[in-house]
Amino acid sequence: MSEVRSILATDCGSTTTKAILIEKRGSEYRLIVRGEAPTTVEAPFDDVTVGVINAVREVEELSGKRLISPEGKILTPAQDEKTGVDLYLSTSSAGGGLQMTVAGVVKAMSAESAQRAALGAGAIIIDVIAVDDGRKDYQKVERIRQLRPDMILMSGGTDGGTVNHLVELAEMLVSADPKPRLGLGANLPVIYAGNKDAFPPVQELLDGRVELRQVENLRPTLERENLLPAREAIHDLFLEHVMQQAPGYSKLSTWVSRGIMSTPNAVGKIMQTIANQRNITVLGVDIGGATTDVFSVFRNEAGESIFNRTVSANLGMSYSICNVLTEAKTENINRWLPFEISEAELRNQLRNKMIRPTTIPQRRMDLMIEQAVSREALRLAFDHHKSLARGLTGIQQQRTIGEALSQDATGKTLVNMMDLDMIVGSGGVLSHAPRRAQSAMMMMDAYQPEGVTLLTVDSIFMMPQLGILSTIHEEAATQVFERDCLIYLGTCIAPVGIGKEGEECVKVQFQGETVSVPFGTISVIPFGFVSGDEGEPKRAEAVIEPARNFDVGAGKGRHRTVTVTGGVVGLMIDARGRPLTLPADNAARIRKLREWMTAMGVPCEV
Amino acid sequence: MGSAYTPGLTVSARTRIEKLRRLPLKGKVLVQEGDQVEPTTIVARTELPGIMQTVRLAENMGIEPSELMSALKVKEGDRIEKGMLLAQTKGLFGLFKNEYRSQVQGTLEFISEKTGHLGVRQPPTPIEKDAYIRGVVKTVIPEEGVIIQCEGALVQGIFGVGGERQGIIALACDSPDAALTGTQITPAHQGKIVVGGSNVSLDALKRAAEVGAAGIVVGGVVDRDLIEYLRMALNDPNYDIGVAITGQEPISFTLVITEGFGTIRMAKRTFQLLQSLEGKTASINGATQIRAGVIRPEVIVPLSLGGEIEAQAASGGELAIGTPIRVIREPYFGILGSVTDLPAELVQVESETWVRVLEAKLEDGRKVVVPRANVEIIAG
Repeated sequence: MSEVRSILATDCGSTTTKAILIEKRGSEYRLIVRGEAPTTVEAPFDDVTVGVINAVREVEELSGKRLISPEGKILTPAQDEKTGVDLYLSTSSAGGGLQMTVAGVVKAMSAESAQRAALGAGAIIIDVIAVDDGRKDYQKVERIRQLRPDMILMSGGTDGGTVNHLVELAEMLVSADPKPRLGLGANLPVIYAGNKDAFPPVQELLDGRVELRQVENLRPTLERENLLPAREAIHDLFLEHVMQQAPGYSKLSTWVSRGIMSTPNAVGKIMQTIANQRNITVLGVDIGGATTDVFSVFRNEAGESIFNRTVSANLGMSYSICNVLTEAKTENINRWLPFEISEAELRNQLRNKMIRPTTIPQRRMDLMIEQAVSREALRLAFDHHKSLARGLTGIQQQRTIGEALSQDATGKTLVNMMDLDMIVGSGGVLSHAPRRAQSAMMMMDAYQPEGVTLLTVDSIFMMPQLGILSTIHEEAATQVFERDCLIYLGTCIAPVGIGKEGEECVKVQFQGETVSVPFGTISVIPFGFVSGDEGEPKRAEAVIEPARNFDVGAGKGRHRTVTVTGGVVGLMIDARGRPLTLPADNAARIRKLREWMTAMGVPCEV
Repeated sequence: MGSAYTPGLTVSARTRIEKLRRLPLKGKVLVQEGDQVEPTTIVARTELPGIMQTVRLAENMGIEPSELMSALKVKEGDRIEKGMLLAQTKGLFGLFKNEYRSQVQGTLEFISEKTGHLGVRQPPTPIEKDAYIRGVVKTVIPEEGVIIQCEGALVQGIFGVGGERQGIIALACDSPDAALTGTQITPAHQGKIVVGGSNVSLDALKRAAEVGAAGIVVGGVVDRDLIEYLRMALNDPNYDIGVAITGQEPISFTLVITEGFGTIRMAKRTFQLLQSLEGKTASINGATQIRAGVIRPEVIVPLSLGGEIEAQAASGGELAIGTPIRVIREPYFGILGSVTDLPAELVQVESETWVRVLEAKLEDGRKVVVPRANVEIIAG
C-alpha cells in the first residue's frame, strides 16, 4: 500500500451516521474533524448513503477539504491535499434490532425451546408458529409476510423422530416466500435446529429460497434441550445478514476501499487490542439506538484471556428505547431520576423518542431521563452478556456437548467484576454526555464495578471506525485511539459489602493524605493528567483500607496497595456499597441521588 | 448542515398511491390490468382444500362392506350436506330399515367397497384479498395478486394500531387542539373514521368500540390510555408495545395518531385536509413498524383522476430562513413556527449539550432556540 495520508471513515448507526477524518500530520496520525447526521433509513430518503453524505458534508465544511464528487460519491483516492482521501472505510449497524419468528412442531415443546434460544440470543420474538397452534397454514403464511421477521428459527422433532411435520413447516415457508425486511436481494436467514433426519427434505424444499443454515437439534431428545448452537447461529447470522444491512447498503459497498464491517465486529477488534496490548481485563460497551453491544476480556481458570461479545439486539436508546421500558419497567428507570415525574409523562416521553429517534434532549430533565434509561439498558445488556459469556467463545477450542450445557455456570465464573481492570464506554449517550462525570456515573450505576477499576470512554464515539481501520492500517488506528479516542475518566474504588449510612467504609491514603469515605457516599479526589486537561493521565500509588466488612480485592477488611490512574473526573471513591441499593423511600432516594451527583460534579437541578 | 431529517411523513391533498395486494397462497387473480376496483372488490382468491373426513359407514350401520353398495343413496362426486341420507338398507319385508345420515358436509370423493368407508372432503376455505383502496389495477402478478394504483389524499401518521378498514370521514372536533372525548362519539359514528384534535381519551377509545367506529385519527394519545385500552380489548393484562410492530391487534377499530404520544395538537394542515375530506370514503391502516424499512400508518382517500399531483409534502428538505417548522420534542413539542436564523456554530442548550440549532419564531410569538434535530419541516 502506498503511504496513506488521509482516511475518511463512517459508522452508520441505526440513528446517527458518524464520519471522522484522520490525517497524517508530521509523523503521526491524528483525528482532524468529525461530522454527524441522522441516519437516513426512513422515507423519503430510504438510502443510508444520504446520511453518509450529510455527515461527510459536515466534515468538508469543518476541514475545508472537498470529499464528495459532483456525482455525490466519496472522492477516493486523494487527488491533492485539498481533494479526496486515500482511504474510505465504513462500518454499519443501520439495520437495527433483531425481530424473529420461531417455528416448531409442538407449541409446548420444540417451539418453546426455539423461543428460549431466540430470547437468549437477544432477539424479540414477533410470533411463535407451531404445527399445532390452531391456525390454518395460510394464516401463518400471511402472518409471516405481514411481520417481516429478520430471521426464522425452525425446530421440531427429536433426532430420529418426526420428519413430515418439519417438511410441512418448510412447505409453509415456501408458500410464505419470506423476503428480508430491507429487500436487498439477499435471502432471508432461516436456522434449522430440528430433527437432523428431516434436514435433507427440508433443504431440498428451501434451498435457494432462503439462506438456510443447519445447527444441532435444540431438542435432540424429549428430555434434553441444547440451545447454545442455535443461539450462536442467530447471533452470527444477525451480524452477517441483518444488522449492517440497510436501504442503500449495496450502493455504499461500492464507495468503500474495503468491505463494510458490522459495528460490533469493529468495536470488538478495538476491545481485544486494548486488552492484549495492556495485558488487562476489559469490559466494553457500545450503546446505540437499536442495539447494545457488550464486549469482555476476562481470564479463565487457566489464566487465558477470553474474549466474549454479545449483541443485545433490542436494547437501545432510540428505536429500541421502549423495549428497554418493557424489560426494565418504569420503576427501574424512574429510580435513577433525581426529581419526581409522573409515570404517564415518563412513558409518553420514551414513546416519542421511539417514534422520532433522531431528536436530542434539549432540557436537562430530558437528558436525565435518557441517562436513566441508559443505566437500565446497560444493566440489562450486561446481564445478557453474563448469561452468554463463556470460557470458549472467540477462541479456537473444541466444545463438548457437556460443556455447552453447562454454559451458565461457566459464564458466571468468567465475568468477575472484582478482577476487572478497565471499563470502556462507547455510544452516543456515553460519548456525548455533556459532562464526562455523567458517563462515569452511568457506568458506575449500571455495572457496579468492584474493587479498583479504571473507567474510560470513547471521546466522540469513533471506536467502530478505528476498529475497521485497525484491520487495514494498525499504526494509524493505534495512534488515533491513544491520542484522540480514549478518554480517561479516572479510577473507581468501590468496596464490596453493605454497611450503615455514615459508618466508616473505606480509607484511602493517597498523595500524602488520608481520605475517609463513609458508607452511602461518593467522594472524588481531583487527579487528572500529566499536563493540561488531556493526554497522558497521572498515575500514583494508593493504599486502600476497607472497613471490617468490606472488600476491595484482598479480602474483607484487608488493605490493598494499587496504582491508580487519573482522568477527567479524578479518583472516584464509591462507598455506596455493593450491591448498590437505593433508598426505598422516594424523598430519601431523590436526596441521595442528588448528593451523589453533586459529589461527582453533575448538576441535578431541573 | 442545512437539512432537516424528519421521519418524512406525507400529508398530501393529492398524490399517487400504490398498494400491493398479494394472496398468502397461489391462487387466481380475478381482475385485469386497467380494471377499476372498489376497496371491497375481491382482486384475488384462492381456496384452501378442505380436510378429508372418513365416514366408517358400514361399521356405523352394522353391515358388511360388501352390502354397502346396494344400500348407498349417494355416488362419488355428490355434494353432501349435514343430515343428508347416505345409505339405507332394505330391511325385512320393507320394515326395520337401517339408515345413516351424514354428520359432515362436503363432497363425496371416494367409496371403498373393501372397507365400507366413504371419503367426504369438507368444503374448501376461500381466501380472498380485497383491493383495500378504490383505484385501478396497475399490475397483475399472475397467481399471486395485483398492484392497485390511485390518485388521492394521503395522510401518514406517526404511529397506529389496528389493521385495514374503510369508512367515511367524520369530524368530531372542530379544531385541531380539541381533545376527543367519549361524549363526542355517538351512534352516528358507526362505521365512520372519526377525526379528533389533540388527543383521544381512554373513554373515547372505549366509546368508539361500543358504537362500532371504523377508525380514529387524532394528534396524540396518552401512552397509558392506549395500553390500558389494548390490554382490556385484547384481554391480555401484560400487553405492551415493545419495539412497535403493530397493525395486527384484533381490535374493532383502527387508530392513527399523527403527532405523537401525549396531548398534542394535530398539525393544522393535516386537520384542514381531513376537514376538507369529510364525507368521503377513506381506507385506513394502523400498521406501524419503526425500524429500518419503516412502515407508517395511513389514511387514504382516493379521488377522481385529473387533479394536479401535489409535490410530496412534509418531507425532509432544506432549512432556510422563513421555513415553516414544527418542533417535535420538548419543551416546545408540537408547536409550529418559522426559522428566523440558522447559526453555523454549535450552541449549548439547557441540557449542556452542544448542538447545531436554529432560531425560530413560534406561532405564539415566542422567539426560541431549538436543536435542528428537533424540528420537522412542514409544507406551507
